[in-house]
Order: sequence, then structure tokens, then C-alpha cells
Amino acid sequence: MNGYSLQRTLAVFIKEFQQMLRDRLTFAMAVGVPVLQLLLFGYAINTDPRGLPTAVVSYDSGPLPRAIVAALQNTGYFRVTHQPASEREGDALIERGEVQFLVSIPADFSRRLLRGEHPALLVAVDATDPSAAGNAIAALGGVAGSALIHDSIGALRPLAAAAPAFELRVHRRFNPEGLSRYNIVPGLVGVILTMTMVMLTGLAMTRERERGTMENLLATPVRPLEVMVGKIAPYILIGYIQIGLILGAARLLFEVPMLGSLWLLLAFIGVFVIANLAVGFTFSTIARNQLQAMQMTFFFFLPSMLLSGFMFPFRGMPHWAQQLGELLPLTHFLRIVRGILLKGSDAAAVLPELWPMLAFVAVAGAVALRRYRRTLD
Amino acid sequence: MTTPATLAIDVTGLTKRFDGRTVVDNVSLQVARGRICGFLGPNGSGKTTTIRMLCGLLTPDAGQGRCLGLDLATEGAQIKRQVGYMTQRFGLYEDLSIRQNLDFIGRLFELPRRRESVDAALQRLGLVERQHQLAGTLSGGWKQRLALASCLLHEPQLLLLDEPTAGVDPKARRDFWDQIHRLAEDGMTVLVSTHYMDEAERCHELVYIAYGRVLAQGHAERIVADAGASDLEDAFVRLVAGAQDNFV
Repeated sequence: MNGYSLQRTLAVFIKEFQQMLRDRLTFAMAVGVPVLQLLLFGYAINTDPRGLPTAVVSYDSGPLPRAIVAALQNTGYFRVTHQPASEREGDALIERGEVQFLVSIPADFSRRLLRGEHPALLVAVDATDPSAAGNAIAALGGVAGSALIHDSIGALRPLAAAAPAFELRVHRRFNPEGLSRYNIVPGLVGVILTMTMVMLTGLAMTRERERGTMENLLATPVRPLEVMVGKIAPYILIGYIQIGLILGAARLLFEVPMLGSLWLLLAFIGVFVIANLAVGFTFSTIARNQLQAMQMTFFFFLPSMLLSGFMFPFRGMPHWAQQLGELLPLTHFLRIVRGILLKGSDAAAVLPELWPMLAFVAVAGAVALRRYRRTLD
Repeated sequence: MTTPATLAIDVTGLTKRFDGRTVVDNVSLQVARGRICGFLGPNGSGKTTTIRMLCGLLTPDAGQGRCLGLDLATEGAQIKRQVGYMTQRFGLYEDLSIRQNLDFIGRLFELPRRRESVDAALQRLGLVERQHQLAGTLSGGWKQRLALASCLLHEPQLLLLDEPTAGVDPKARRDFWDQIHRLAEDGMTVLVSTHYMDEAERCHELVYIAYGRVLAQGHAERIVADAGASDLEDAFVRLVAGAQDNFV
């Protein structure tokens, strides 16, 4: 009688199954998360990004520099997207993050090459994310050795023999030592804010519904926007406390450079925080209980981590994944925080990243207000 | 006596459907100011849904009417300001203190002298000493008194009470009803749903509802006489049995 009963075990087993099937969201998560992860890891993520946008400033219009540029493109890692007229323009492109590389060819390059003077060709790299450019930099070594083999005929034969006839001088901008923590620690500001802000607001509203206080709240004259702003505001404060902690640690423990204006950064962070809070509030109007709100948070957090360029190089992803990534506030925030801290970007340089975040706030906020009802219908 | 100006609740044809199921079916209700109206009916008969429509928490699918002279369809916001609604389930924050809860409600209603109002409410409740205690630690009877105090805070003219005495001991129930009568004497209109027959007898008039329809309405003695029953309970059993034959 008191032994282990298979029938009782079966009873619990069946009941558990019935409940699982009833909670469709949990069931969808159990199936959806593996599928999402498979798709993202299998198709979207690529730790060896190729075809990186490259700007070439050439003060030497001879055939030899062109051969070198062609050799660069042939590695598959470089794709010449811009041909600025001056190095100044090229610097601006790299600072705004429009190109990963800036190749500068001096005016006397061909002449010195022919004289056998081993001229240097400068390759500036946006090294804020060292992993994004690592393989491309490694490929440069081969280019110097082989670029001119086919062009070295006749009188130029000695150029081919005397391996490498020129030097590729790599200049890692913004992160000369290629420290990955320079990239990760500022990025963490965004990742931690995404997780906690979405989760905290997501729970805030569902808690009201779960505990039965929602009905009382709805019976008072309070308006949806008043509830939304009142609920979100305390978490903005919490968000700034988190920011203070992470930036403090970034400075004191990890010695991450902080070149740009801290005030500018804090202002942009404000928009980012609001974007995430709006997502959380939207979730809380959809979720029926706190567990569902947690699950939705996870569903938002996962692509944010993987597609924003935080864990894996953004430019390594296929076009569709980049498009998806562009929708996420974290993607734009990472560019802002890296830009301001590591590149010393000013407001004008990071402003293009603000609009997508504002659009996101507008859409998420509108959905939240639409979903939040003043009645129980 | 029952001209529109003296009616606190005056609704006709209220209907509410959820997923095609009619929960409240063509309910009409007239309650004069200063009266205590008992709202009776079996579980799931549509009492809560009707009350929620009266205070603007649900939008009726059909029907119209006025609460305190204000239109249900267009003046919901003003109705909320003048109606006190006590939910069936304890609707205050268990993790806030008694005073914090009252302060919160007072702020939502933008009471001009919130401090004084809350102090007075605590005084009436006899909870001045325990005002910093968490609401969640109160017993059922005290929670009920606190909930009533919170929906009286903004001095409403109409009280909608949804099974306020469920799970409350007899002494607390009697105190509660004494308070309801004092409020009515001061001009408050009260619509109170209940399952207790002794409570029904303390109401000025009764509305009996089953399957979402009003089966009987009027004074207790009248309902008993019309149903040819010996007492109220017997009358309701007969009414439901009759309704079953008609509607189900």
C-alpha cells in the first residue's frame, strides 16, 4: 500500500501534460526557442565576417596600387565601398562606422615601389570589435606577398623575386591593443539594461493582474498613460543606477577608455532605456501571468544578444539577419556606446543611430497603450 | 419618488456576451437614491458582470442607462469618480501598509485634503495604531473593512459592493451591515450582491437574477408573496426552478 505506485506517478504525469498543453505559450516556447536558436546560430551567425566595407584613398593613380586593391578584394575579406577624396573624409567614414577599413595609398607609392624602397601602405582598422576584423587583418599578410606577382613582368621581375616589395602597415584605431574587453564592457551596458528593463516592467503589470489589484486600479479615474508613465519611471531610475555601476567598473576595473562626452552618452542611454521599458510594458499587457512575461522577455532577449553585434560581428551576418538586427534597439545602442566611449564620437556622429531607437519607442509605446485597456473586456 | 433625478441607478436592457455566451441578458435596474438594493442570484448568474458594467469596467454589448445621472456609454470617467466599487477579491496591495494603500487611492482620486481624509478613515476603521502594518497580514474581516474604507475615501454617492461579506465572521458581518445602513441614512445608495438570506432581509429592496436575467424585483415580502413561498430562500429556489424550465 505504501510502496511506490506507478498509477499515482502516471496520474501526476498526465496532469502535468494536460497543464502543459493548456499553457500554449510555454509549449510554444519549448518548441520556438530551439528553432530560433538553430536558425540564428546556423544561418545568421558567422564568426568569420567577409566582404567588410573598405574605403580606399589613393593619391597614386598608377596601375600598381590598383592591383593591390584588387588583391585585397580577392581575399574576400575586403569590399571597396567608398573612395573618399581625402584621408580626412576617410577618417570620418571609419569614425561613423560606415567602413571597417581605410586603405591609404601615398602619392609616391608606385615610384618608391619601383625604386625598391619598400614603401608602406597604411591600412586603418576600426578595431572597436577586435573579433570583427581579426581574420581580415591576418589575410593582409598574404596580400603583401602575392599582390604584384602577375604584374611583375619584364623589367619589374625583381619586384616579384624580392618578396614583399611593399609593406602593409596596420593601424588599429580606437583599440590599438585589440582588447576585446574594450568592446564587451560597454556593450554590457546595453545587454544588462535590455534584460532587466524588459523583465522588470513586464512583471510590473502582470503582477497587478495576477494579484487581483488590476480591477481596483481600473475602477479609479487613473488613465492608461498615467499608469504607464508612473510604472515605468521608477525603473528608469534603477536603469541609471545599473549604468553607474557598469560604467564605474568599466573605468576603474577594466580601464575602458572614455573619450566622448559622458553626458551625451547618458542622454542616449535614456532613450535606449525607454525603448526597453516600452517593450516590457507591451509584454505585460499581453502576458496573462508573470511566467509568460518572463518567457516573452527571454524571446526578446535572445535575438537581441545574438543579432545586435554584441556576441558576434554584425557584418558577418547575412543580409536578412542584419535587417532584423537593425530593428533592435540594442544594435543601435551598441554603436552609440562604442562610438562615444571608444571613438570619442560627438552628437552628430551618433545621431543617425538615434532615429531607429525613437521609432522603436513610438511603435512599442503605441502598441502598449492600445493593448492596455481601461476596462476588463 | 422614482423620477430620473432621484434614481441613482437607471439602466435598461443591459446585455453582455463573452465569446458568444450571453452572461447578462437584457437586465434593467432602477435603484432610488439612498436605498440599499440587494443583488441576489446563484454563482455565475451575472451579478459581477452587471456590477462591472455599472462602474465602467465592462462595456455593455447592448442597453443603455445612467448611473447618478451620468451616461454609462459616454461619461464613464465621471462615473468612476463618484462610485465606490468593492471587488469580490481583495483588491488592495498586500505588500503595502494600510496607510500606503489608502494614500495611493487618495492620490488616484486627487483628493484635495488627502492626509486628513486618510487620517479620518483610519480613525473610523480603528486602525490608527496599526496603520503601518502590511495589508496582507490582516485577517479576512479586517481586509474587508479596509477595502470598504478605501472605496469610501473619495466620498462616493453610490456604492457597488460585490459579495463584500464572503468569508467574514458573523460579528464582522453584522458590524458591516450596521455601517451600510448608517451610510444609507446619510444618503448613500448601495447595490450589494450577497448569498446570505439574512443580509437580503436587511436590504430595502431586492433584485433576483439567474441565467443573466432578472427574475424578480421588489421588496422581500412582495417577492415571497408573489412566488407563493414560505420565506425568501424558498422563493428563490422556486424562481430558479421556474427559470430553468423557461431558459435552459
